[in-house]
Amino acid sequence: MLFDDDLSVAQHPLESVFPIYQKVSAVELTNEEKSILDGKQGPARQKAMEIVVALGKIYGAENLIPIVSAQISGVSYKNLGDPGLEFLHEWAKQGGQVSVPTTLNPAGMDLEHWQELGFKDDFAKKQLQVIDCFQQFQIPPICSCTPYLIGNLPKLGDHLAWAESSAIAFANSVLGSRTNREGGPSALAAALLGKTANYGLHLDHARLASYLILVQCPLQNEADFGALGYKVGKLVQNSIPYFRGIHHATLPQLKALGAAMAAVGSVALFHIEGLTPEASMKHTLADHYQTIEIQDLQDGYQKLNSTASDIDMVAIGCPHASWEEIQHIAGLLMGKKVKAKFWITTAAPTYYFAQRAGLAKIIENAGAHIVSDTCMIVAPLQDLGIRSIATNSAKAAYYAPSHCGVQVRYGNLRACVDAALSGRFTDAG
Amino acid sequence: MQGRVIKAGVVKGQALVSSEPMGFLGMVDPDTGIVIEKNHPLSGECIAGKILIFPTGKGSTVGSYTLYRLKKNGKAPLAIINQQSEAIVAVGAIIAEIPMLDQLDITQFKTNDWVKIEQDQVTICHEESL
Repeated sequence: MLFDDDLSVAQHPLESVFPIYQKVSAVELTNEEKSILDGKQGPARQKAMEIVVALGKIYGAENLIPIVSAQISGVSYKNLGDPGLEFLHEWAKQGGQVSVPTTLNPAGMDLEHWQELGFKDDFAKKQLQVIDCFQQFQIPPICSCTPYLIGNLPKLGDHLAWAESSAIAFANSVLGSRTNREGGPSALAAALLGKTANYGLHLDHARLASYLILVQCPLQNEADFGALGYKVGKLVQNSIPYFRGIHHATLPQLKALGAAMAAVGSVALFHIEGLTPEASMKHTLADHYQTIEIQDLQDGYQKLNSTASDIDMVAIGCPHASWEEIQHIAGLLMGKKVKAKFWITTAAPTYYFAQRAGLAKIIENAGAHIVSDTCMIVAPLQDLGIRSIATNSAKAAYYAPSHCGVQVRYGNLRACVDAALSGRFTDAG
Repeated sequence: MQGRVIKAGVVKGQALVSSEPMGFLGMVDPDTGIVIEKNHPLSGECIAGKILIFPTGKGSTVGSYTLYRLKKNGKAPLAIINQQSEAIVAVGAIIAEIPMLDQLDITQFKTNDWVKIEQDQVTICHEESL
């Protein structure tokens, strides 16, 4: 039951527990912004302005800044529940439209193929109502946690209001764009206004790393990056880590690293020496920092793994699979048949790509499913009779036991595909 | 006393004061308004119709929607006063249209005090004479 990016407990920068009489900061508003706050542009935009201004006050913003795009969380009915749906319905009814390109986080089901995938009618009905609310705001019904793979691709220095934690980490770190960890309502508010409050990661000084992470072990695949992300997320919590010793990383690997750190800690930005743009352009390590050496990933793997050996479902695509990952899976599944249920979750445009490229056919002939719009965490897995999953996602492995009530095995893509083919997870993946 | 407006409003009611931070998701029953968090100073108390006063928010971000649901169920607090507001409760107060102020010294308030809020002004009285 959560609406912010995913399932994490919110961690906002409350510097100390109860500071009394902190300096009262005023957010300077333009005349137009003031008129929106006074309701002159209707109740929907007024509410949006109230939210953005309140957050600006709380976090000491001096003004509002234009954003180039928004990413809304709190889309799955599983997380929103009826109160969330009611709230969206009421807000949408007040008549507002988004002012910038806006994408949605995963929903609780594949919006097209939910019936054949076994989703219940009641759930589907509510989920479609949620999507309908967003469509009233003129947000297209494409649901993905990887907006940057489907055209919501900001540039270096662009300001954003994104609410999906893994996408926030990717945008801030890999793209060099700037966004705080927005919640569902605040990202939607910013989308309606085309503006957000100027504080936190929008500002240069807040983007310096306070941890130097010396990576002293090899990183061979996305699961290694995820295990590293688990360890570092636990250690640094909501701080910014600066990695030294990662010499090469693919897009899926960077996606996995950021997603794990964002889920386990609440890392919104990381730098990698020689790889990420800000770390390549300027000095991004703070004057005072702590140094952590990572010598192996064993305990990361241990913490993410249960002892289950029989696997009901293999879940790949958290965050949503890129076309290169789908291509890789198609190669491993070619001419074979899976025993366990096998979901590859992705964005609908990526699914379309897989169909056009003939990859979807190979995967479906093997008995696996490419599932759009949703993921294993925000879908009601227990309703689908799933008790154990194997995944190559540290984020999914971290959340699934508590949020989906399933046992998890964590390993690289090959180990997961092997588990799908045999119905059993073996450690020699 | 003067606070900082998070959600503007004019209300008068009796205070319910917590010395500890409050979360809403899973910590307040949205159907009854009763605090169900164990070992919380307000555990078992009903927040409905009170001027709810606590240092700051905590817990899951879905807590904002819990406040909205409390309001829909007629079990929301009349107003919220925090020492230092944070995003979850602030967003919840705005979407649920619950007047809210922060940056006030909450040690000045005692449970059952009568409290009047007019925009950023707060008056305390130990009896209903406001």
